[in-house]
Amino acid sequence: MDFSFTDEQRLLKESVERLLADRYSFEARQRFMDEPTGWSRALWQSYAELGLLGLPFEDKHGGIGGGPVETMIVMEAFGRALALEPFFATVVLAGGLLRRGADEAMRAAVIPKIARGDLVLAFAHAERQSRYDLADVATTARRDGADYILDGAKSLVIHGDCADKLIVSARLAGARRDRDGIGLFVVDADAAGVSRRGYPTVDGLRAAEVTLAGVRVGPDQVLGEPGKAFPLIAQVVDAALAALAAEAVGAMAAMHEMTVEYLRTRKQFGVPIGNFQVLQHRAAEMLIALEEARSMAFFATMMAEEPDPTERRKAIAAAKVQIGRSGRFVGQQAIQLHGGIGMTMEYKVGHYFKRVTMIDAMFGDADHHLAELARLGGLIADA
Amino acid sequence: MDLRFTPDEIAFRDEVRAFMCAALPAPIRRKMVEARRLEKHDIVTWQRILNAKGWAVPHWPAAWGGIGWSPVKQYIFHEELQQAPAPDPLPFGVNMVGPVIIAFGSEAQKRRYLPRIANLDDWWCQGFSEPGAGSDLASLKTTARRDGDAYIVNGQKTWTTTAQYADWIFCLVRTDPAAKKQQGISFLLIDMKTPGITVRPIQTIDGGREVNEVFFDDVRVPVENRVGEENRGWDYAKFLLGNERTGIARIGTSKARIRRLKEIAALERVGDKPLIDDERFRMKIAAVEVELKALEMTQLRVVAAARDRNEPDPASSILKIKGSEIQQAVSELLLEAIGPYALPQETHDDGDRWNEPPIGPEWAGPLAPHYFNWRKVSIYGGSNEIQKNIIAKAILGL
Repeated sequence: MDFSFTDEQRLLKESVERLLADRYSFEARQRFMDEPTGWSRALWQSYAELGLLGLPFEDKHGGIGGGPVETMIVMEAFGRALALEPFFATVVLAGGLLRRGADEAMRAAVIPKIARGDLVLAFAHAERQSRYDLADVATTARRDGADYILDGAKSLVIHGDCADKLIVSARLAGARRDRDGIGLFVVDADAAGVSRRGYPTVDGLRAAEVTLAGVRVGPDQVLGEPGKAFPLIAQVVDAALAALAAEAVGAMAAMHEMTVEYLRTRKQFGVPIGNFQVLQHRAAEMLIALEEARSMAFFATMMAEEPDPTERRKAIAAAKVQIGRSGRFVGQQAIQLHGGIGMTMEYKVGHYFKRVTMIDAMFGDADHHLAELARLGGLIADA
Repeated sequence: MDLRFTPDEIAFRDEVRAFMCAALPAPIRRKMVEARRLEKHDIVTWQRILNAKGWAVPHWPAAWGGIGWSPVKQYIFHEELQQAPAPDPLPFGVNMVGPVIIAFGSEAQKRRYLPRIANLDDWWCQGFSEPGAGSDLASLKTTARRDGDAYIVNGQKTWTTTAQYADWIFCLVRTDPAAKKQQGISFLLIDMKTPGITVRPIQTIDGGREVNEVFFDDVRVPVENRVGEENRGWDYAKFLLGNERTGIARIGTSKARIRRLKEIAALERVGDKPLIDDERFRMKIAAVEVELKALEMTQLRVVAAARDRNEPDPASSILKIKGSEIQQAVSELLLEAIGPYALPQETHDDGDRWNEPPIGPEWAGPLAPHYFNWRKVSIYGGSNEIQKNIIAKAILGL
């Protein structure tokens, strides 16, 4: 039982936080949003130089071999900075699929480019009808000789508008919501038959609707075993949820700090409003919600690589429930305690609020994961 | 960062679990599982079993029977004890007055009291609250006037848990009426058999009589029964209350109660299926389990940090608030689980045990009283509102 970081992890934390403190002011973030991709290419290169884009990958592919704790450290810092870059889409989601599922040839071809900052990826998985069901895939992959032909439509592809490659899930066999029969394919974003409609999301990030019309992919573009991709997807999404939990904790911690500072400095009736007990108690309740979220982000990080899929699923589901609930409470109260200024686009706290709200809606909200946890029998086993 | 227990800690957990399983008398375990009231001899019997094993006061210094377990092992021990589920060693002795005597008492006091606390030869109760001094404890009015080699104590304490069983009471009394509120208070150890002490039980809404009023009418207490210095009692009380908060999360107890809740929900039926298969109810249980896991991880963070600090962590206020809220939430779900069979009152009004056949299912009888009784946990040990004041001041600097 040890909650402390190693020297290397402390160094990582300090260097990411320093980089973001230097270059990711709220004003800079507004400028990055106006860039063509909606994020900063220059920062992306700096992340690569720091080793962040190779964080979870093996040494031989240009990575630094970090685990879930390293990802947690970086994601929490990104949450605090409200970073816009496609780290989650490229390194956590697509990188997770490649690292765990791809054969050596594909890994050697793609991962070093990610680590260098030369390649942005996105995971094109969700569809209009799928809501939070990871097995709900209507997009088809039809065999044609040694190739596959992909047809269908993918929705809410985070950073799909700027990705160089898409990892597309498609059904080879089975009914629309079967866990069996799903495959993964690495598709060039400008391949014939791929069309994209990019758009901003309400939290300042970017996404795309992707249409696949007779897209031909070769056997070297198949990721993992065709038709057997579901366990890989579930595992990578669980690890990604642990990463999102850490990002949400970074955002919540920042909101809480801003709110406490506001209570100390904002004067009404001749005194700092933090003198009022009703607001002191609200701030205390926000701290409790934040610490519960932080504890569950640790738990999710610890369980992200758990080999037993049911135990992992239960733990990650529990963490996502807590993140959703804490995020909603801390966010809403941060706005409320700031009063009118919290409602404005020019003030940072509302942007944190929007990000944690969107994190709840990604890969299953609190109610979705609570229902799944309940279905799996909860966390406490019979004696 | 490695949040798993080490192999050594796991071996320790298994050892504790095996001991609890073998040593806890079945009738006591049964009462604990079913949330029935324990009697004095249950608690005495169990604490003496623990003391014989050398585990009644593991957190004390080695000279007085402590073991020197790490904070993590102490946590594991309590969690396993509560999950067994076994009664805690009597907290008024081992967690409250014992550590105060160890930290501030004389050698003579240590020799006289500590071994008898560990073996529960003396049953202690806590004389802090008064009718006019609850959350505002320092406004207490019970006086102790010096008369030669004794103090003469007059006044009233209240909410005194198990005073009817007690051999001794530790009291905050005002020794300097002229001094400011927190100053002028002393910490006295008083033999409950001293003439002038009257104990009057208070019946609480669950029908039980675990708390009392204790009246002091010219009670003569030898000066040698004062702990530490005269008029420094408030410091010792703060020390005691800080210790009290850390054990209050009761995570193991909540785990055991949730297991019981699931057992009962599997036996109760809604329409043609067990209650546990009702999605709405199952989600309510799961929601509490999530909160409990968050609390457990938070407790472990505090425990891990305890290696580097000697004073109580203000974060223990978070543990107190969430721990009590979760215990209450589980008591609510237990009540809901039995549905209309919450209604029959299976205790006699004089508090005697019910020896007749149960009216509803055998598991239902204690659960409504348990729910009512458990409203206390957000009130005692510094109410949850006081804990939020502490968080606002000590952590947030407001």
